[in-house]
Amino acid sequence: MTASVDARVAPSREVLLDARNVIMQFGGLRAVNDVSLQVHTGEIVGLIGPNGAGKTTFFNCLTGLYQPTSGSVEFSGQPLPPKPRLAVRAGMARTFQNIRLFHNMTAIENVMVGMYSRTKTNAIDAIFRLPRHRREEAASTERAKELLDFVGLTGSGDTLSRNLPYGDQRRLEIARALATDPKLLLLDEPTAGMNPQETRQAEELIFRIRDSGLAVLVIEHDMRFIFNLCDRVACLVRGAVLVEGPPAVVQNDPRVIEAYIGMPATESTTPNWQQPGDNPGEGVEDA
Amino acid sequence: MRTVIPDELKIQLRYPARAVGLVGAVAMIISVFLPWSYGHGALDDVGFSGSPSPLQLVFLTLPVLVVVLLGVPLVGKAKLGRWAKTVAWNTTAKTTAIASLGAVVVAMAAIAIELGGLVNIEVGGWVAVAGAVLSAVATIFLPDSPEPTLSRVKTARWVQILAIVLVLAVVLFSAAYALGMSDAGAFLVFAAILTGLVLALRQFGVFGWLGNASANNNRVLVVSAFAVAFAFPFTQNGSNANMSIASQVLIFAATALGLNIVVGLVGLLDLGYIAFLGAGAFTAAILSESAFSTVNFHPPFIVTVLISGTVASILGLIIGAPTLRVSGDYLAIVTLAFGEIFRITMNNLDGTDGPNVTNGSDGIPGIPDLNFFGFDFAQPHVIAGIEIGRFANYYWLMLVVIALIIVVFTNMNHSRIGRGWVAIREDELAAEAMGVNTFTLKLLAFAGGAFLAGVAGSVKAHYDVSVTPDQYVFLESAFLLAAVVLGGMGTVGGVLIGATILKLLPEKLRFFSDYRLLLFGLLMILMMRFRPEGIVADERRQLEFHDEDEELADEIEEELIAHHGHLNPERKGFEL
Repeated sequence: MTASVDARVAPSREVLLDARNVIMQFGGLRAVNDVSLQVHTGEIVGLIGPNGAGKTTFFNCLTGLYQPTSGSVEFSGQPLPPKPRLAVRAGMARTFQNIRLFHNMTAIENVMVGMYSRTKTNAIDAIFRLPRHRREEAASTERAKELLDFVGLTGSGDTLSRNLPYGDQRRLEIARALATDPKLLLLDEPTAGMNPQETRQAEELIFRIRDSGLAVLVIEHDMRFIFNLCDRVACLVRGAVLVEGPPAVVQNDPRVIEAYIGMPATESTTPNWQQPGDNPGEGVEDA
Repeated sequence: MRTVIPDELKIQLRYPARAVGLVGAVAMIISVFLPWSYGHGALDDVGFSGSPSPLQLVFLTLPVLVVVLLGVPLVGKAKLGRWAKTVAWNTTAKTTAIASLGAVVVAMAAIAIELGGLVNIEVGGWVAVAGAVLSAVATIFLPDSPEPTLSRVKTARWVQILAIVLVLAVVLFSAAYALGMSDAGAFLVFAAILTGLVLALRQFGVFGWLGNASANNNRVLVVSAFAVAFAFPFTQNGSNANMSIASQVLIFAATALGLNIVVGLVGLLDLGYIAFLGAGAFTAAILSESAFSTVNFHPPFIVTVLISGTVASILGLIIGAPTLRVSGDYLAIVTLAFGEIFRITMNNLDGTDGPNVTNGSDGIPGIPDLNFFGFDFAQPHVIAGIEIGRFANYYWLMLVVIALIIVVFTNMNHSRIGRGWVAIREDELAAEAMGVNTFTLKLLAFAGGAFLAGVAGSVKAHYDVSVTPDQYVFLESAFLLAAVVLGGMGTVGGVLIGATILKLLPEKLRFFSDYRLLLFGLLMILMMRFRPEGIVADERRQLEFHDEDEELADEIEEELIAHHGHLNPERKGFEL
């Protein structure tokens, strides 16, 4: 497998996540309307769309938090189990849009909670501190430290997660998700609230995660970030996929531009709120 | 403690304030050698001139501490060196002086009540009041000291160990002394003095330092704490009354530790926990050789203990499986109802309304004392010239039980299961999304906690001689929960302290029994206002209650790093 940033999906790669015709209905509101999406191994897929487009709801359908009203989700060729923790066992891990760390636990404890589904110590082992428990505990600690190093939190292991700077909290959430030993990582707005430098670091981190053999599905609003990062981008508008394809195609699609900033001005004078920089496609051209 | 006095005024007045404070403290010291009351009936006799009573000698520590705190800085900053900043001299002096005033006021009130009027206070008493008021008011005018840095002082290991042993010795002495008091007023004064000393030492930074010392010498602390607890009956000279209280404290504490798993670690509010203690007690009673036992199966006690625990945890599963899907207020109400259902069921299993299992409201009396391989718990034994009675036997048995419970609690807490529990408390949905099997873990906490309570109940049945349903009312559940909250949720030490306070106070303040609940309510309100995290705060837990306090967060973080500098799971918990 090439570690090159520009590696695009080879069609021979196997399908990891296969969501077909997913519909999620809340009473009279259809939040996700007939969405199909595939993610292949070793691929970074982006999910964009205006606020309220149903991105996070779709995410929740994928991770077992919601049961889709209809449609099917298959993961590694198996139907997705209906509970979040079973989805984790199957190899799917996620982060949250608004950070949901265990705030009063230390960073390393947070990561070790992520290993819960991959460890086996039972109550008896723990009470009597049997060799199995000690071995597993030592291995978990070791692995947690590695993961903290991997996301760039070396030395912060004993810090309470609530005391970490905002960017570090985002990275800790990724480390915690990686601790579940996933095949597919789902990131819900990983750069929200980050400054350009932190965004740059997050980008590098996601590339490194991809290079370690994981597939990544990422929701994001930062267009420059997403078009730079992803092999494929799907744009969700009002619960349905508007367009899906390589970044270059999506960013120039007039429907995407329309969904984000409205109809192109028909009058000769451009309204002054629509500066050239507001165009979502604009920032990507130099990328 | 911040006061409204402007800082400039404090700087101006620092010398006169110090002088007046010293005069007040010296007056308090002199007062101890004068009679505090006419007549000898109050506070175990404080009416002598020139020979202080033991209580007065204990009181003496407070003004002496004030003198030291006010006097030492007089030698100058240069000579003090780094100690000038290590200790919060002025602030501690203020706390100590105010605490002395509190103790003196309690003492005078007790004298006035016990002897009938303020007229019974003699000159020494008034000197003490005047001195206490003087030094309290004067020290308020002293400039505030910066935060003490004593907790960061590095000391040799032997000093730390010595300090731990000394503290435990003081605890043993205080416990023996407090239990030995017959006079309620004297007990209250002693409690006031002790509280004052604890507050002063906390301000001084001693507890921060001790905390680090005990974290570094965890094993020494645990072993010596158990040695002290084991030695306790020898200080009692065969007094059954005190050992009976001490055994009850241990039974109560064991149950509270079980509840601590459910409430402190997993964060589930359980208001019917006493039912599990009751289930264990009834099971043990029915399986005992009592003439009123309703079954014909009487296994040895060790088997009974396991059966009692199992029955309690099965009850926990039965109540938990359907109800743990709800949380918060709903769970509290369901468990509250369950506690009542248990009591009423035990009342009705009397042969008329249902099968005769418990003899209804009569319960099962005449449960024989335990007998381990010929060691009869009912018989007193003489060890090293000191008579060890029936209650001391049960006390030692409970000590073993509680040691096992602490091992279980700590080892579970420091395992993947414990981390899962705390994660559920912090954010259940995120825990589930990280692969934690939240339902099973909650059920395990429920069943495990119930098992521990059931074990405690099986000893309680033999200790109490009879088991009746009306021992297991809602109020007991409330007290258990209060012990956990008061002591410090999620901690072992805190819950032991909380259980001790809640069992000891009612025993020692029997004259106050009509107002017991009033006093208890007041105590809870004050705690929730001033220290919601409990007497001993869990490092993690403390932050939940002081969310906005960044300084505290940093402080705790530093401590955490100091404690677990290199996070090594092998170091935590106990070996079996």
